[in-house]
Amino acid sequence: MNLPVLKAADFASNQDIRWCPGCGDYSILAQMKKVLPELGVPREKIVFISGIGCSSRFPYYMNTYGMHSIHGRAPTFATGLKSTRPDLMVWVITGDGDALSIGGNHFIHVLRRNLDVNIVLFNNRIYGLTKGQYSPTSLEGQITKSTPMGVIDHPLNPLSLALAAEATFVARSIDAHVTHLGEVLKRAAQHKGTSLVEVYQNCNVFNDGAMAYAQEKSQRAENVIELEHGKPMIFGKNRDKGIRLIGTKLEVVSLKDTAIDDLLIHDERESNPSIQMMLARMRYPDMPEPIGVLRAVEGVSTYDDQINHQVELAKAQRGMGDLQSLINSGDTWVVS
Amino acid sequence: MTKILSEAASGKTVHTVSGITVRLCGDSGDGMQLLGTQLTNTSALAGNDVATFPDFPAEIRAPRGTRAGVSGFQVQFASDKIFTPGDVLDALVVMNPAAMVTNIADLRKGGILIANEDGFNDKEYKLAKVESNPLEADIIQQSYRLFKVPMTKLTRDAVSALGLGNKEAERCKNFFAMGLVYWMFGRSLEPTLRFINDKFAKKLPEVAKANEAALRAGWAYGETTEAFGVSYQVEAAKLAPGKYRNIMGNQALAWGLIAASKLSGKELFYGTYPITPASDILHELTRYKNFGVRTFQAEDEIAAAGATIGASFGGCMGVTASSGPGIALKAEAMGLGVMLELPMIVINVQRGGPSTGLPTKTEQSDLLQAMFARNGEAPLPILAPRSPGDCFAIAIEAWRIAVECMTPVMILSDGYIANGSEPWRIPDLDSMPKIMVSHPEGTDDFSKPFLPYERDENLARPWAVPGTPGLMHRLGGLEKEDRTGNVSYDPDNHQHMVNTRARKVSEIADRVPPQDVFGNPTGDILVVSWGGTYGSCHTAVQRCQQDGLAVTHAHVRYMNPLPSNLGELLRSFKTVLVPELNSGQLRMLMRSKYLVDCIGFNKVKGKPFSVHELVDAIKSHVSAPEVVTDSEESLRHRAG
Repeated sequence: MNLPVLKAADFASNQDIRWCPGCGDYSILAQMKKVLPELGVPREKIVFISGIGCSSRFPYYMNTYGMHSIHGRAPTFATGLKSTRPDLMVWVITGDGDALSIGGNHFIHVLRRNLDVNIVLFNNRIYGLTKGQYSPTSLEGQITKSTPMGVIDHPLNPLSLALAAEATFVARSIDAHVTHLGEVLKRAAQHKGTSLVEVYQNCNVFNDGAMAYAQEKSQRAENVIELEHGKPMIFGKNRDKGIRLIGTKLEVVSLKDTAIDDLLIHDERESNPSIQMMLARMRYPDMPEPIGVLRAVEGVSTYDDQINHQVELAKAQRGMGDLQSLINSGDTWVVS
Repeated sequence: MTKILSEAASGKTVHTVSGITVRLCGDSGDGMQLLGTQLTNTSALAGNDVATFPDFPAEIRAPRGTRAGVSGFQVQFASDKIFTPGDVLDALVVMNPAAMVTNIADLRKGGILIANEDGFNDKEYKLAKVESNPLEADIIQQSYRLFKVPMTKLTRDAVSALGLGNKEAERCKNFFAMGLVYWMFGRSLEPTLRFINDKFAKKLPEVAKANEAALRAGWAYGETTEAFGVSYQVEAAKLAPGKYRNIMGNQALAWGLIAASKLSGKELFYGTYPITPASDILHELTRYKNFGVRTFQAEDEIAAAGATIGASFGGCMGVTASSGPGIALKAEAMGLGVMLELPMIVINVQRGGPSTGLPTKTEQSDLLQAMFARNGEAPLPILAPRSPGDCFAIAIEAWRIAVECMTPVMILSDGYIANGSEPWRIPDLDSMPKIMVSHPEGTDDFSKPFLPYERDENLARPWAVPGTPGLMHRLGGLEKEDRTGNVSYDPDNHQHMVNTRARKVSEIADRVPPQDVFGNPTGDILVVSWGGTYGSCHTAVQRCQQDGLAVTHAHVRYMNPLPSNLGELLRSFKTVLVPELNSGQLRMLMRSKYLVDCIGFNKVKGKPFSVHELVDAIKSHVSAPEVVTDSEESLRHRAG
């Protein structure tokens, strides 16, 4: 049988896209439409579930099944859906406010359950849809609509939070770094277990350039390090700097006076997340920020596998349930 | 009528009575709940009609011996059809002073008071905050037939041969009390002996032997001790022919949900979060994985609701349950369910509110929450079971409506029904009508776009399940254009959708049975009740009818939409009395909808209605003087 070969255009829905011109979301959408055909999954088997926010308009623009749910709660719908329909490929589309503020609790629990879904977190460090309030990832001192004297919160790092929740796949990419983004999304889809991808996304209306150090091509090489499993950690326009683990600290070193062999080798498969935690904490301008796959541990049982396994096991051990027998069981009596 | 059945050589008398109401009270650790459920089961197996009312303290372990730690179990068993666990006690068994002082007021004059003498000492008086031994008060000696039994000592004696320590022996004293109570009320030991064997014989044979010894010792004590001159007998009741079992409300709900899943060919997904008094539904359902039941204990109430909706989206039978505070949390998700127009069930096992309220006490004060506690115009159907056994049928009916109309449906149960039990005629599942469910089929034809909000004659949209080729669509909480399901802010469309969602629910009234009544369809007083008050209201109306009053009882099960003939019914009576365990919620709904000035009889004490107070309330609204007999005694003559 000849299966249809799908193209990016096949995944476009008939809805006009309403994001602001110049929004980073367009890029993420484009990469998703490029990646999905490569996964060999028919469109009807794919579901996008979102919460609330600019990010969360995403499902309307995909010609798959989709649910635009309620603020912060997308992981909960995904949990019910994937647990009962493990045959579906489920994506959760969320944002920094949706996932880390109101949705923080569900974020933690879907990750620790290792539900086999893919979470794409559009991090623009602001609340865009509601027009410019600060978010849990906004920087201290940032002036926003709701913080005219500057943010006084300490920001949350979604990757650190995910690692603390024992997530089995943790990655970061950048809206403007399109090839990289596509590759990371593909790897996320291929991982069995919860895959978290944080995407630096530019909100050009309310927080333009907040991550220019990473998004601008001219600045990226010096401020971002692209992780590759099994390779030494090298960055810089001239690939002349590296990361070294000295004692319990990571340090930026120059390859002029440090041998490549002494550099930290990235190990995404290490089940102990300690080093991966340290990578997640690398922050501009003190350190280059890591992108790519920080952690990818396979073979950890998933929630959807386990919940269905227990049902099958119960059936095997006790036979298919017979409700009439059940309600007839125990102490009964007959009135004639 | 009292019938003196026999006089044994020892001078014992057996009286036959039509029913007995017993309450068993002790400290939380004294095993009163076990004693109560055993007595209930035994009585049901003997063919009596039974009704129960367990009364737990809210704390897991309140300080031993205190009033807060008193745990009670009340059961009425009768040879007539009964509907309540009894207003007033014929017998009260108390294991310590705290149990006695908190319950003695409910024992009728001349009633039987059995006390564990060994539980009444200085230490216990202090814990119960009484000055001295309450059993020795003159009023007690004069008002009741008091039996002081050294239960702890006698239990220890009975099990001493088995080599158990004092502490372990003491734990069997509830079985001693059981034996004595069984003798006194002519109960068979057999079912409890079977229970002891099933539960303990394999793993803890010493415990099994000890419990059996204690049980028999209690029985023997009653039989041989001269102090116990009289015992009672309650004959089997004439229930409708069939096979029966005892059932508790939460258990019936769980089984009803499984039945609904079977009848509709859908797998059951139950998403929930532990909360009193709904947790037992989870405990029950989680045992039935081999029925394909997937239970999900979520991280919070909102996640439970979300997962349930996700499961329904995927084509399962999604159910979530909670109590008042949890339903409050689920409100936003329920509103989304209304917008998504997906079938699901939300169960509220109501308890005393507001806020944390009284977790282990019953109330029915969440009706308006069920009706209105969502933003916007977000109507959904609401059903309320009337008794433990009715929970089974309600679960099936709720799912039938949910899939027929593609809507969340609420079930309003309460703590009284959830933990109460009654005999239940076991249905034949094969003869029950199936619940029809259909999903649109996949297609290769992309020329015709799928319309996820096209409606059928019930105004239900198609349940197109992810995985179906060609039917890809996006659902969401934003208002949507009718038929296409695209996001729409068009003013006329919004009005149309609001109207349509309202009509979808209100037109259910055309397809469900009209309101039935107990009594004449016209008259002086119509008593309208709902939920767990059925038993007391029915019994009260029955008594008033026997006293010659033109009173009729209508017990509503369809709370939203209200039955199509209810308005006409209300207008056929001079007075409409609405007894509720809230401050007047159904009353408010009916007054608003029908413009009939219904009168409320409201009690919010965390306790069910007594038949007595309802009879008084009904009679207080009678316009003409009627001959009134002593309502407490009019139905049944009790011994002694």
